[in-house]
Amino acid sequence: MKAFTYERPASAAEAAAAAVRIPGAKFIAGGTNLLDLMKLQIETPTHLVDVNSIGFDRIEPTDQGGLRIGALVRNTDLAADPRIRRDYGVLSRAIVSGASGQLRNKATTAGNLLQRTRCPYFYDTDMACNKRTPGSGCAAIGGLNANHAILGASEACIATHPSDMAVAMRALDASVETVAPSGASRSIPIADLHCLPGNTPHVETVLEPGELITAVTLPKPRGGLQLYRKVRERASYAFATVSVALIAKIEEGRLTVDRLAFGGLAHKPWRVEQAEHAVAGAVADSIADVVLSGARPTEQNSYKLPLVRRTLAATLEHARAGASR
Amino acid sequence: MASVHTETNGPEQPTPGAAESSLTVAGEELRGTSSPKQEANRHSVQLRVNTQLHAVDLDPRTTLLDALREHLHLTGSKKGCDQGQCGACTVLVNGRRINSCLTLAVMHESDAITTVEGLGTPDRMHPMQAAFVEHDGFQCGYCTPGQICSAVAVLDEIASGVPSHVTVDLARPIALSETEIRERMSGNICRCAAYPNIIEAIRTVAGGRP
Ligand SMILES: Cc1cc2nc3c(=O)[nH]c(=O)nc-3n(C[C@H](O)[C@H](O)[C@H](O)COP(=O)(O)OP(=O)(O)OC[C@H]3O[C@@H](n4cnc5c(N)ncnc54)[C@H](O)[C@@H]3O)c2cc1C
Ligand code: SF4
Ligand code: FES
Ligand code: FES
Repeated sequence: MKAFTYERPASAAEAAAAAVRIPGAKFIAGGTNLLDLMKLQIETPTHLVDVNSIGFDRIEPTDQGGLRIGALVRNTDLAADPRIRRDYGVLSRAIVSGASGQLRNKATTAGNLLQRTRCPYFYDTDMACNKRTPGSGCAAIGGLNANHAILGASEACIATHPSDMAVAMRALDASVETVAPSGASRSIPIADLHCLPGNTPHVETVLEPGELITAVTLPKPRGGLQLYRKVRERASYAFATVSVALIAKIEEGRLTVDRLAFGGLAHKPWRVEQAEHAVAGAVADSIADVVLSGARPTEQNSYKLPLVRRTLAATLEHARAGASR
Repeated sequence: MASVHTETNGPEQPTPGAAESSLTVAGEELRGTSSPKQEANRHSVQLRVNTQLHAVDLDPRTTLLDALREHLHLTGSKKGCDQGQCGACTVLVNGRRINSCLTLAVMHESDAITTVEGLGTPDRMHPMQAAFVEHDGFQCGYCTPGQICSAVAVLDEIASGVPSHVTVDLARPIALSETEIRERMSGNICRCAAYPNIIEAIRTVAGGRP
């Protein structure tokens, strides 16, 4: 680990200001992703701004009938909150499908959204990686890429975003609230938070230097059946190969898709709005045709095409059976 | 009143000859201990471990795990992967289990930290420790302190209604089952695959609860 200095400010405004005062500063929340990357010197902050004392650790109702989740709310507490379990079940389900109990106890709402890819070449500092070292090339293209993206990737990077929680938040249309070092605050729709790789895969979000996430806001509950289905290489404690967040409704005995988002497919949580309502009767293959229309798999990850269809079919089947997971 | 144990510098003395070798210096850096030029950047931290207060003087890079093992000489918590993947370093912080390898000691000033040493002693074992002995919940024992800390927290998590991936109904209290225990313990890897006996040990303790 490279040496760094450390401070623990007591407010969001101080934290944002501290992060631009010292070049190379970074926020640390749960630390479960950042410290892992610092040990490998993939992240080399010169200064750590510990945000664990700035507050923003509660879940509060909004005037619009939704919930505001503080950036420091731990993944465990978010998944266990009675309001989230009752009204936003897909979010509880997505969170508990990820990582381990220990990690979820530390991981925060903001840190989870901003966790970095698990592409093995990004982690291997001996290999070319445009995300880690811009301009060095991409070892995954032409390397081992069975777990990589099939949608929205570029010639520069085919990595996926690893978060399960973010996929559910995408289905729920959450917004991300931030405060800038200037003190200005803004709200970013989750759809716009993460970038596609394009020619700049090292730029992962639209956040400006020093911009601090303070909360994630959920709109008022959508109701319906809320499911999260995650396919991975083992039954627990592994990242998604493909995951589906589904909100469905049963109207006159027929299942209709209300919201649909996917994980494991792209550089960001993937939602195709046209696929949600275009198809009457929630026919998995027809929906998948729309979702996968722009897919460009590699030889090694073309298995994700049928896997998306089957995972979606299984999720819809579960919903028809009235299951909650 | 907790007594204060003060510890300075001891473990950071470079091993003789280490300074000449750049390889060793790089290794030191990776381990998160200090190299001489960073001497100025140190933090005095009070760590409350197993109800005892310890004043330590640390490089901010020191993980909680390294602080426990190398500075406080509480070597019960183990380093398996140092990456959050194996659970051998699991400790309880304010009653909740975390991976001590993926957090910095300076971030835990004033937190109540419990390691396997604080759960019980060989003479007065915690029921979970006793159950691991009774059911042979280990072979080499390397993962065991992490398994035991994790298991104690798992039973609390189930009791307080924290859902897991295998919880069937999010709206109801969680039924304690083998499936629940297995899923919740998936962050603790056992290279000796003592899993069946670990599960037995945890089930015994769980069953002993009202
Ligand atoms: C073994 C292992 C398995 C895992 N499995 C899964 C899995 O299956 N599914 C899954 O989704 N995740 C998984 N994870 C990842 C885990 O969910 C993340 O590490 C965690 O959510 C990160 O949150 P944190 O608070 O610890 O972030 P940190 O490590 O503290 O921070 C991550 C990033 O966010 C930035 N940041 C933090 N807070 C703020 C803020 N308020 N404003 C602006 N920037 C901020 C930091 O600067 C840093 O760049 C796994 C992790 C490990 C180690
Ligand atoms: S896919 Fe992206 S993260 Fe992986 S090696 Fe290529 S550029 Fe790096
Ligand atoms: S040593 Fe911490 S999880 Fe492996
Ligand atoms: S007892 Fe040997 S690793 Fe678990």
